[in-house]
Amino acid sequence: MNHDAYDDNYIRSILSSVKSIAMIGASPVNVRPSYFAFKYLAQRGYDMIPVNPGHVGKSLLGKPFVASLADIGRPVDMIDIFRNSSHIMPVVDDALTLSPPPKVIWMQLGARDDAAAEKAEAAGLKVVMNRCPKIEYGRLSSEISWMGVNSRTLSSKRAPIPTQGMRLSLNRMSVGGGATAASDRAAKNKSEPT
Amino acid sequence: MTDRLPGFSTLAVHAGAQPDPTTGARVTPIYQTTSFVFNDADHAASLFGLQAFGNIYTRIGNPTTAVLEERIAALEGGTAALAVASGHAAQVVVLQQLLMPGDEFIAARKLYGGSINQFTHAFKSFGWNVAWADPDDIGSFERAVTPRTKAIFIESIANPAGSITDIEPIAEVARKAGVPLIVDNTLATPYLIRPIDHGADIVVHSLTKFLGGHGNSLGGIIVDGGTFDWSKDNKYPMLSEPRPEYHGIRIQETFGNFAFAIACRVLGLRDLGPALSPFNAFMILTGIETLPLRMQKHCENAKAVAEFLAGHSAVASVNYAGLASDKYNKLARKYAPKGAGAVFTFSLRGGYDAGVNLVSNLKLFSHLANVGDTRSLVIHPASTTHSQLDDAAKVRSGAAPDVVRLSIGIEDKEDLIADLEQALSA
Repeated sequence: MNHDAYDDNYIRSILSSVKSIAMIGASPVNVRPSYFAFKYLAQRGYDMIPVNPGHVGKSLLGKPFVASLADIGRPVDMIDIFRNSSHIMPVVDDALTLSPPPKVIWMQLGARDDAAAEKAEAAGLKVVMNRCPKIEYGRLSSEISWMGVNSRTLSSKRAPIPTQGMRLSLNRMSVGGGATAASDRAAKNKSEPT
Repeated sequence: MTDRLPGFSTLAVHAGAQPDPTTGARVTPIYQTTSFVFNDADHAASLFGLQAFGNIYTRIGNPTTAVLEERIAALEGGTAALAVASGHAAQVVVLQQLLMPGDEFIAARKLYGGSINQFTHAFKSFGWNVAWADPDDIGSFERAVTPRTKAIFIESIANPAGSITDIEPIAEVARKAGVPLIVDNTLATPYLIRPIDHGADIVVHSLTKFLGGHGNSLGGIIVDGGTFDWSKDNKYPMLSEPRPEYHGIRIQETFGNFAFAIACRVLGLRDLGPALSPFNAFMILTGIETLPLRMQKHCENAKAVAEFLAGHSAVASVNYAGLASDKYNKLARKYAPKGAGAVFTFSLRGGYDAGVNLVSNLKLFSHLANVGDTRSLVIHPASTTHSQLDDAAKVRSGAAPDVVRLSIGIEDKEDLIADLEQALSA
């Protein structure tokens, strides 16, 4: 699996198939990126579970916080990790003890742990690193185009009108693999020691 | 299965556009409205807090304009774009994200005369100081770097003489200095040159010129290459630091590789206000659909006219990078293999007076201060676009008193040559 650049169809198949997402590091602070992503994905109809031991007893947009993956108490399709790269491996270890295990490990924009990815993939999970599911969903549905963002997709079909709780169509023609060639090169240079 | 990658002409027609969700209209509608209703109070708060994608007010974004933005981002190979009211507005908005009072930026000396004025005078009152460098001398950029340098600004094909800038070594100077390279790609358009592929971090355009292409609508745009790491030090607080106007959001952390375009929108355009009219966005979008065809014709005609002038006894010299004998021909072959553009200058043996006579004797060429129109245009830079420069600066920027600038249109080239011939012998 090439984790430097993802094929759109790989991301599309994940976002189209998962129904429940546990977000590690979800924040109740409404200017944090995790809050943005949690709210957006909940509005797009995903069953969101906030995981953050610091906020147990509280709720995020009506969903009660749990302390750990083990406390969810029901199967979950995807784990979205909003933690620094150095905190990824223990989460993957925890995820692999779940029964049934999740289908997807997703590491947020800026987070990457190749060893953890390899371990999850060896157990049959799909892995996405250094991407935001909100941005990817918005991009593949072209909703993000309202912000002038290059969705790298085309469509001659009538666009659906997004409403609360609705899954937008992700079935567009892809122009590339998410990021542009130049931004991919820049991201790669950044991850290499200078 | 991976979809095949569409080519430039397909993107020029389709990128960003999709049949309208409510009516099914195939052409992008003109959303001529100032504002957009919210679904409910929470939706409104989400939009204002940058938590949701959507429309609030046309000063910040508009669905017609958004199609234009995505289309140009796609054509330039950038991550996102922001359209504004003019090319000049694009430059203000870009530099507002990068410079604080007392900071500096380095600009190539060969620029559109209006940019030279803006950088020298208007920006001075903001405390943004320009240091000039010579695009033909890479060392002059290196020597101009100081600890307060925040950006480097060049034109890909430079006004007025159509000279080609060696983008890659200048991008390397910017990389070493840890500052973004901004390229004004107006005269080339992404059809001829894609600066991000050569190391640019930000591309700006006057959409008024070849992109819109028909001389009917002003506009400007900023393209984010998605290549610059704004958070590696605290040099760019607009992007890396918590923003008080958004309750402490950090723009790069939240928006990743299109953070610069978002900063330009929510910190620049929102607060400075140079929004593009949706009607102009529509006109420019329509123009872009034929950009590849028009640029081919512009370049073909320009080369024919330049060759004609080079062989004319009244002409002292022709500066067109598409001519094999031109100083910039090697760079043109590297950066613009499909054509060297359609704006160039020539000088007349008869000097200033011959230039004035030529302009008044032409019957098909229009004497006006624009370039990149379907119509062929002529101007005498020394008395118009570059008139505010002193004589030495005129010569340095390629606008000496005997120089005439042409912008070649898409008419029949035989008619353009005949018009020049009669005017030169009149």
